[in-house]
Amino acid sequence: MIVVVDYNMGNIGSILNMIKKVGGEAIISSDQEQIKNADKLILPGVGAFDAGMQNLAKLGLISIFRKKVTEQKTPVLGICLGLQLLTERSEEGIMQGLGLVDASTVRFKFVSSSGLRIPHMGWNSVVIRKESPLFHDMYPNPVFYFVHSYHVVCRNAEDILSTTDYGYDFVSSLQSGNLFGTQFHPEKSHKYGMKLMKNFVELVH
Amino acid sequence: MTLNVRVIPVLLLKNGGLVKTVGFKDMTYVGDPINAVKIFNDKEVDELLFIDIQAAKENRRPNFELVSRIGREAFMPFGYGGGIRNLDDMSRLFRLGVEKVTLNSCAIENPDFVEEAAHNFGSQSVVASIDVKKDALGKHWVFDYRNGSATKLDPVEFAVLMERKGAGEILLNSVDRDGTFDGYDIEIIRKVTLPVKVPIIALGGAGKLEDFGKAVKMGGASAVAAGSFFVFHGKHRAVLITYPDKDALRKAFSS
Repeated sequence: MIVVVDYNMGNIGSILNMIKKVGGEAIISSDQEQIKNADKLILPGVGAFDAGMQNLAKLGLISIFRKKVTEQKTPVLGICLGLQLLTERSEEGIMQGLGLVDASTVRFKFVSSSGLRIPHMGWNSVVIRKESPLFHDMYPNPVFYFVHSYHVVCRNAEDILSTTDYGYDFVSSLQSGNLFGTQFHPEKSHKYGMKLMKNFVELVH
Repeated sequence: MTLNVRVIPVLLLKNGGLVKTVGFKDMTYVGDPINAVKIFNDKEVDELLFIDIQAAKENRRPNFELVSRIGREAFMPFGYGGGIRNLDDMSRLFRLGVEKVTLNSCAIENPDFVEEAAHNFGSQSVVASIDVKKDALGKHWVFDYRNGSATKLDPVEFAVLMERKGAGEILLNSVDRDGTFDGYDIEIIRKVTLPVKVPIIALGGAGKLEDFGKAVKMGGASAVAAGSFFVFHGKHRAVLITYPDKDALRKAFSS
């Protein structure tokens, strides 16, 4: 069973809707036991970094989550803020992240003449940089839906799965072992998101 | 690079079906919402916005059962508006898969509610929806669709207030142009986009692809929305749900 971790950060109904659509089984839960027993975890999230970490801490999920990733090697998909929480820290807040991937989270920085707005909101191209089960058999020229003001910087270039151009190329998805993360919202991204979600659902570990 | 301009069909809900109005009146039944979502999925639409035009008028809550059915089929960002009165309503909608809520009459009544909503759910999920109508002297006023009359609110000042309260986007809808195919009211779009930094979504009057380009280039809109344009076809207004292909849209915004 896939557990979509519910820690009160944003709209998660659409993730469940899409998993069902691609033939997977999932529940939304914040229950420690259910999360301990999950075959796969999805960490969703929209909102502020510190609020996200605080909510995870309040629910007593931080050490459970770490154990699942590092000891049980449970496949995890972090989406948007969920991806950023997997990193060590963020310029958005002062709290420590989960630190499960060798990366940190920074704010978009543009020269003022760029005319680019923050948040980066809308559809954008995703350029796949590396083979990965997540993008297995992906449609050509994939586009995904983004809403975010911060993005991840990987220290280990090998973790980068895809980049996207908004003012400059930033990391739009990554993989480090059993840990996956997307800055975009696959659950809102038509057939491209459906394919990615199906790949995660069908992933064998 | 800059992002492609978002092109958003707005679908009006009444008694569980889809309708379309002209000047906020003269309703035509245009079909089943779930069927429309399926068509728009296939056409890879950028976003969808559903507005229940009866809920606030009848002082009732959103139709959560219908939103839930929409959510199970909508694999694009979709917004919902109509009858939202408190944070619980919003929470429930987000759990059903709604990406953004639009606040209209409750923002007129209580602008602080927009602030509360943005604080709790983030600005990116709160859209302030402002209907505007011109009076006989050509001055624009915020329009209250519940009683079908203009308020004493200036749309530019109200839009600035909505931004200050934390609305992440503003949907600016011209009552006069609604369903006319005459093109957007560029004048009011221009006036509102000048002092406001958050994206303005233009609505009301789109009749052809060039209108989208005008709203962006002349009006300064960040995104464009339309109703009739996506549901009626030809001079007899036969009901046909359509969405332009990517190349046609690119051309509309590049020329």
